[in-house]
Amino acid sequence: MIYLNNVTKKYYGDEPSLVDVTLTISSGEFVSVIGHSGAGKTTLAKLILAEEKPTSGTVFFESLDIHQLSSRELTQFRRKVGVIFQDFRLLPNRNAYENIAFAMEAVGKDDAEIANLVPHVLALVNLSDRTFHFPHQLSGGEKQRLAIARAIITEPELIIADEPTGNLDPTNAADVINILKKINDLGTTVILTTHNPSIIESLGKRVITFDKGKVIRDEVNGKYML
Amino acid sequence: MYWINLKRIIKSGYSSFMRSGFTSLASVLVMTITLTVFTGLLYLQATLHTSLENIKDKVDVTIYFVPGTGEDNVMAVKDSLTKLPEVASITYTSQEEALANFREKHANDYLTIQALDELNENPLGSSLNVKAKDPSQYESISKYFDQNNEASKEALIIIDKIDYHQNKLVIDRLTSIIVGAQRLGFALSLMLIIVSIMITFNTIRLIIYMSRDEISVMRLVGAGNKYIRGPFMVSGALVGVFASVITILLFWPVSVWLGSQMSEFLGINLFHYYTSNIFEIFFILLFSGIIIGGISSLFAIHRYLKK
Repeated sequence: MIYLNNVTKKYYGDEPSLVDVTLTISSGEFVSVIGHSGAGKTTLAKLILAEEKPTSGTVFFESLDIHQLSSRELTQFRRKVGVIFQDFRLLPNRNAYENIAFAMEAVGKDDAEIANLVPHVLALVNLSDRTFHFPHQLSGGEKQRLAIARAIITEPELIIADEPTGNLDPTNAADVINILKKINDLGTTVILTTHNPSIIESLGKRVITFDKGKVIRDEVNGKYML
Repeated sequence: MYWINLKRIIKSGYSSFMRSGFTSLASVLVMTITLTVFTGLLYLQATLHTSLENIKDKVDVTIYFVPGTGEDNVMAVKDSLTKLPEVASITYTSQEEALANFREKHANDYLTIQALDELNENPLGSSLNVKAKDPSQYESISKYFDQNNEASKEALIIIDKIDYHQNKLVIDRLTSIIVGAQRLGFALSLMLIIVSIMITFNTIRLIIYMSRDEISVMRLVGAGNKYIRGPFMVSGALVGVFASVITILLFWPVSVWLGSQMSEFLGINLFHYYTSNIFEIFFILLFSGIIIGGISSLFAIHRYLKK
């Protein structure tokens, strides 16, 4: 599903964030990406989202070279990808319902479908009683569950979760990971970056370890080793 | 799909304008200042225009005829003047009217009236008061009689004097002041308008800069550029709508004061100007406000939608 070929990313005047990374992620996989801060985890996520361009190398999604897409094609591509961030990145001026509805509106879903589906997804992430709350009225765990709801409502083929548990306490973190596991069970590919060892231990899935921009370990049933 | 999107864009632009509370208020106030400058300039132009008209109206050329000249002869001169393209109107004052006017003017001047009474005949000649279409044309009208043509030869005998040459200096100066004031007014208006538009533009740019994270999230969620841009433009246009309403309301008391206190000085009652042109003024403000707000948002958001 995702193919990185000899990808190198250098930011202006710094040490490279990614060095000659070649990776394949298949459809339906749950892949955890671990490493110290600055190892290149977030850069990897940004490259797959086409938020950044690689200095050299290519990133393919199926048969699309995602860094050669026009603005319109890029919009189409992003509709197939759901994103979850450490800092939630919700729309501050919209309540929980509207944050999720926005993702559906952007994709062009009609009002009836939105009105039907949004309450379902809010129930799924256990936020039914927070429907009309604004992000600043929600706790960290609630915000992240809302962000997940937004990411999954359009039924994306791929979910990228960039340190989604970074700002959460262990209980809320476990909630978030459980939801991601459920989504994966339904067939969605999940890429999770984290530096939380207990999450990796509990998952028992593929783990890719980064260090100084390089892949140093890629194991099918990985452990947390740095 | 198009209408659904349009409806969603307008709705979300409206709600984000309303929910941004203080930020929206700040941009409405800045826009109000811009539109106040606009209205001030409209008032200035109106005042200037009226004073120019008043001044232009006061300039004229009077041709005095030798006393005893027959009315037929005077009318012949009047007819030939009427044919000139520069002439707007001509008023004939007969000898009797001239005398009556003189008596009225000097009614309290006992000595002068007594002297006049001692004369048996009317010492005043008839006259033609000529108004040109434009102040700069008086010179050519007065020169008409210097030219060597049939009509002027006959006319010169019966003409006592043409007061243009005495007024020439004043008329020239007024003409140049009129032209200068118009140019200065235009340059000043242009400069103020540019400055105020730039201030509004920068305010809106700052507000969109604060929303740059939001814009990047919208892009990541898969919203197209038009769909992201739309609500910001709607909010910008709403800033213009609210600011134009505030400005037009603000100018109500200002116009009342200007009308009651400054009409003598300005030569125009600005309250009358306000009430008789309220729809035109409001339309100009509304239109400028919406255009400035919408276009500013469009330009400001452009850089966040590249790539």
